[in-house]
Amino acid sequence: MSSHYEAPIRRPLIVGDKSYHDITVEVAAPVEGKANKLWWTAFTIALLAFLWGIGSIVYTIGTGIGVWGLNKTVGWAWDITNFVWWVGIGHAGTLISAVLLLFRQKWRMGINRSAEAMTIFSVVQAGLFPVIHMGRVWNAHFVLPIPNQFGTLWTNFNSPLLWDVFAISTYLSVSLVFWWTGLLPDFAMLRDRAIKPFQKKIYSLLSFGWTGRAKDWQRFEEVSLVLAGLATPLVLSVHTIVSFDFATSVIPGWHTTIFPPYFVAGAVFSGFAMVNTLLIIMRKVSNLEAYITIQHIELMNIVIMITGSIVGCAYITELFIAWYSGVEYEQYAFLNRATGPYWWAYLLMMSCNVFSPQFMWSKKLRTSIMFSFFISIVVNIGMWFERFVIIVTSLHRDYLPSSWTMFSPTFVDIGIYVGTIGFFFVLFLLYARTFPVIAQAEVKSILKSSGENYKLYRDAGGKNPAPKKIVKSSKKVQNISVDTISRKDNLLGVLGVFDLSTQTPDDLKLISGVGPKLQETLNSIGIYSFDQVSKMTEKEYDLLDSLLDSFKGRAKRDDWAGQAKNLKK
Amino acid sequence: MSSKVIQAMYNDDDILMDAVKEVRAANYHIEEVYTPFPVHGLDKAMGLKGTRLAITAFMYGCVGFSFAVWMMNYMMIEQWPQDIGGKPSFSFFLNMPAFVPIMFELSVFFAAHLMVITFYMRSRLWPFKEAENPDPRTTDDMFVMEVVVDGDENEMISFMESTGTVEIKVTEKH
Repeated sequence: MSSHYEAPIRRPLIVGDKSYHDITVEVAAPVEGKANKLWWTAFTIALLAFLWGIGSIVYTIGTGIGVWGLNKTVGWAWDITNFVWWVGIGHAGTLISAVLLLFRQKWRMGINRSAEAMTIFSVVQAGLFPVIHMGRVWNAHFVLPIPNQFGTLWTNFNSPLLWDVFAISTYLSVSLVFWWTGLLPDFAMLRDRAIKPFQKKIYSLLSFGWTGRAKDWQRFEEVSLVLAGLATPLVLSVHTIVSFDFATSVIPGWHTTIFPPYFVAGAVFSGFAMVNTLLIIMRKVSNLEAYITIQHIELMNIVIMITGSIVGCAYITELFIAWYSGVEYEQYAFLNRATGPYWWAYLLMMSCNVFSPQFMWSKKLRTSIMFSFFISIVVNIGMWFERFVIIVTSLHRDYLPSSWTMFSPTFVDIGIYVGTIGFFFVLFLLYARTFPVIAQAEVKSILKSSGENYKLYRDAGGKNPAPKKIVKSSKKVQNISVDTISRKDNLLGVLGVFDLSTQTPDDLKLISGVGPKLQETLNSIGIYSFDQVSKMTEKEYDLLDSLLDSFKGRAKRDDWAGQAKNLKK
Repeated sequence: MSSKVIQAMYNDDDILMDAVKEVRAANYHIEEVYTPFPVHGLDKAMGLKGTRLAITAFMYGCVGFSFAVWMMNYMMIEQWPQDIGGKPSFSFFLNMPAFVPIMFELSVFFAAHLMVITFYMRSRLWPFKEAENPDPRTTDDMFVMEVVVDGDENEMISFMESTGTVEIKVTEKH
């Protein structure tokens, strides 16, 4: 018998009293339910932004990239800034699902589906920019080594820009199949629950006829593991190659060997920030707080803190190396970054990326949802400015002072950027309502080891894995827990035992705050009369709270004892 | 051989695991087990052979690597060698460092996609494929073991009931 034992020191990853069926129902709920007003509002805003973006893209393609703010000195600006920003964001998904899978981190399971979705959607946004930047997009296929009418005209395999084409397309397509393969069992779950024929058809199509045979699961797990093994070096290679776009050039400020590790750390940093931004909202809106817990947010904050510090080290190293190199141009590039006309962008980058994640050393702050959300936004802004600083400040003052200039974006630049944000959210909002946003099959497989109810049961001395007793519902688990029994006895010792055969129970629902459900719970503990409730003090309230799964703190807030005293008369 | 099967339904993975072991010990033939999530150790308990998909992935990766080497050698060195930025491409080995990123990417590309396609083909998964799970609850919280009827049917049913099943169905397998 495989043991479900997990060290008690590990906190539960699935909070509350969940059974396998509860997981199914709660993951399917956002898909089966109706969209609320908030969703439609968000979707409309995203769609409008997307439409503005399409308008700007059409205008760019129709007129030429002269409509952007680029000039002869600053030949790369927002387009590549946005490209690198989006690619960076797209790193968290694969990191969570692949690297954490290799390290057997179970907390990945609550968030990997959405993180991968975010990866794919943001890499789609990233891919748009180089394509638009080509100017003549109808010739975009020229970046691929396709036999053509020119006979011997091939792509230049020495160019980092071409490496980028291969890296990004491999990354996008491999992430997509990784994501989809994981989705098959979950689509199958939605398919088997679907009542309406249309939904049934769609989810049958999407689930590829998944049936969950033992052999299929064996292959599924092997494929996931191998894909994780392949995706881990892949994800590192992608941003390494993106950094080669700069590092292999001879521009002061770009030509540095620290770029690959520094870009990868920055990518993970911004990616986790975006995952935090999205999931903090999603867990609330889709009622998934039991699966995406505070612990998940805390762990992501720790990753943000560590990668932010790595990025900070890289910034300082760059400055040191610039000074140490003794190269005047290199030194000027960095001096100009920090004190030149773009000092404000440099300051924003430093404070958002190096300073702000340091707050996460505090346990109180990194477990605060509002603060985590705030920092995640700050990091997203900071990482955009990092790319802007690297790209624009290195270019705007070149070797010829007469051509020194500044960059200012046009409404088209802004439109395309805002448009990609809109497009991203259009995709993500549609995903949140049609896809199983939690990898429910995987979460079910860790329920017995990391579910709160099972952990409590084991902590109370329950024998592991005790299958026969915890089959149906975990209510039973609560009742047989040794700890619970002693607490119950304590409580009734003070309040007095109620004898059902001689006394008549009071209608506890008369106490404001007690409903039929709570009355039932109180009765099951042994509380039946106003007399018992009226004896409750601070200590008993705490004891009662420890016995309740929900409604914690309500007894004290509503002053049940006071109310019961009045009702007793 | 009879094509009749007993479909025994379980509501817990641990009970299922015990049941699989008991059924195998009693020398009945388990046709198939359907589970809503990967039950670790089930394949070993059922006596399934290991999968060779990882080996295929390695071979596909080698194919991708060879393809990348062949392609870049043909295009950059053999067919139209050029002098780019003062770095002439007249020999594969002198140019090789610049080819490493794409060799890596194509190895991963081939290994990942061909392995997944192999998985889909072997497990018969593709769009418009009809699902064949015996009960819709097997993707929710139920586990079904299909055992081939062999010998006395009633005796088998009572045996299966003793393994902790919650529902039993006898059907014709086609």
